[in-house]
Amino acid sequence: MEPVVHLRATVALLGRFPALAGIDLDVVRGEIVLLRGPNGAGKTTLLRVLAGLVPPVRGEAVVLGHRLPGEARAVRRRVGLLGHGSALFEDLTAAGNVAFWGRACRAGAGDIEAALALVGLADRLRDVPVARLSTGQRRRASLACLLARRPELWLLDEPHAGLDNDARDLLDGLLRQAVGQGATVVLSSHELDRAEALADRVVSLVAGTTTVPAPAISNVSDEGRRNEPGEVTHVA
Amino acid sequence: MTATTQPGTVAGTDQPPRPGAAAATTGSRASRIIGLLALAATGLLVLYGLVISPADVEMDDAVRLMYVHVPSATYLYVGCFITTVASGLWLWKRTAGWDALAEAGAEVALVFSVVTLGTGSLWGRPTWGTYWTWDARLTSTAVLTALLVGYLALRRLDLDPDSRSARAAVLGLLLVPNVVIVNRSVEWWRSLHQGSTLTRIDPTIEGDMLVALMVGFAALGLIFAWLMIHRFRVAWLSQQVDRLDLDEALAARRAEAEESR
Amino acid sequence: MWRDAALVAGRDLRVEARSRVTLHQVAPFALLVLVLFAFALDPARQTLERATPGLYWVTVLFSALLAVARSAALDESGGVRDALRLSALEPPGVFAGKALAVAVELLALEALLGLGVVILYGAEPAGAGLLLATCLAATVAVASTGTLYGALVSGLRVRETLLPLLLLPVLAPVLIGATRAFEAALGGVPADGWPWCGLLAVFAILYSVAGAAAYGTLLEGS
Repeated sequence: MEPVVHLRATVALLGRFPALAGIDLDVVRGEIVLLRGPNGAGKTTLLRVLAGLVPPVRGEAVVLGHRLPGEARAVRRRVGLLGHGSALFEDLTAAGNVAFWGRACRAGAGDIEAALALVGLADRLRDVPVARLSTGQRRRASLACLLARRPELWLLDEPHAGLDNDARDLLDGLLRQAVGQGATVVLSSHELDRAEALADRVVSLVAGTTTVPAPAISNVSDEGRRNEPGEVTHVA
Repeated sequence: MTATTQPGTVAGTDQPPRPGAAAATTGSRASRIIGLLALAATGLLVLYGLVISPADVEMDDAVRLMYVHVPSATYLYVGCFITTVASGLWLWKRTAGWDALAEAGAEVALVFSVVTLGTGSLWGRPTWGTYWTWDARLTSTAVLTALLVGYLALRRLDLDPDSRSARAAVLGLLLVPNVVIVNRSVEWWRSLHQGSTLTRIDPTIEGDMLVALMVGFAALGLIFAWLMIHRFRVAWLSQQVDRLDLDEALAARRAEAEESR
Repeated sequence: MWRDAALVAGRDLRVEARSRVTLHQVAPFALLVLVLFAFALDPARQTLERATPGLYWVTVLFSALLAVARSAALDESGGVRDALRLSALEPPGVFAGKALAVAVELLALEALLGLGVVILYGAEPAGAGLLLATCLAATVAVASTGTLYGALVSGLRVRETLLPLLLLPVLAPVLIGATRAFEAALGGVPADGWPWCGLLAVFAILYSVAGAAAYGTLLEGS
């Protein structure tokens, strides 16, 4: 089993607040893992850590074989994150947005067209400015931007929110298909019935920690992170 | 969380300071000696500047302002230089000490820029008959003051520490290049119209006046060093407090997790 | 890098073409400022005529503030910053693209304002070569500096007020240089203007390099 995510006692900050206070998580290739937990449990931050966007400040974190935070750039190229923001430009068309982000991720023209077709934006809606699309249609456009870059690790933050049942079925189908082609998925969702049916495994987050097993944090050294005392001497 | 740090204790607790937190004071033997020397030198400057040295033939008593004006302008540039070098080193090494040094340099530089502008315009009143003239050096010092105010305004924002350090470092790195370009262009601009003869100090300054100027350099230099040391340590200690806060917040978050299980 | 720059510049200009903010808001604002200057400085007493180069460039700077703020805002709306960091775009390329788009908008604005001062202030264009070279150098200088400082304040709650505070002192040499060069072209001896134009070019190069180098750090640090 090829490990895709390996976290041990991982701590990450939102400003000065420890949103993640000690996460242990292992995900292997081809798995679909659901993150569950109340608001403020740290699901979003955990997904952003896995994407290489938020640097872990203590503990161990390896994603797709790259150690974080040092190799974040390599991780970012290989993951796809569907976050709360749509990352769409209101004044551009759906197709224009997908084309821009697709090309920004070095996707070919064929991949971009295929992505638009997969989410059902290839025909009537392709030349409509995003400002005139509904919430669900925007979600589809964001999803197409992700599909175009063919991520190895899908990170989805509340992907079911704002979608009708057809769109949810479409999303779940696309995820299963991606997993079939060797991708891995970590998602959070409040649609528990649907998400649990989709997921192979559920991980619960409570106050920035994973419930099992209890993290052995005390022995993790934070020496060398910064503020080495030696730094003062040059002025004092 | 704002924490008041008292000497000898860690913020918010009665425990003795942890080893990593060092002594929670900004003074040390060296800084006290520098402080005392600065006081003595300032006394000497008053003596030389106001009593012993004679009034100038042309500038009269106004020349005495020079003993403060010229050194403070010099140390203003030293402060800016420290900020730029420290910002560059932060971008390279990413260690918090350089960030604190960059902040200290800019803040002390701002103090000296206000002194420079103040003494400059006071000197302008008897010399040119007006508090402000669009003299090249005065104008570029004013622009430099605006640059420092902008830099410190960014530093004062309540931001994610890493984000603030990164933004401040880029801004700080550009400080000296900006100063050079502004000075060049302003000087060039003024010289087209009136020539830069107004601020030129008499190059044949000698005797007691030269001694007074030297004492001025020494006194303001010591004050500069004393301010730098203390300002740097304040920045340093507030970073330490942030770090202690993180440990506390982490413990609180874990306790919250235990509770809800 | 240049491929990325073209992609980003194309996107920013396409957004601009669709939303027409520069055309419908910034351009009328700039012309309005020209009219306000005429109210403040009586046109009859020829102050306006003598001050034309300075007023022209002050107006350009104020309009540039709006254009820069708008350009920076594009990349901070919901999730765009994350998506940029997750993309394969090179930060220097993103910087170059954004600066290029701002420069194109500013050049269009400068042409319009040039027409404005000819009609409203009765300015008589002369020394076309110097005028064009100055516009080009000053525009690149303003666009690159603005894009860099726009990224510096991007995502901050106080960005609207902080941007002018940081940017205007830095652009003081550009205002001085462009104004002197225009004065030389319009009234004086064009040969006096070329050194100023050179200063602007040096400024433009310095900030283009600094911006390209620093953009990655700024994209990360927020």
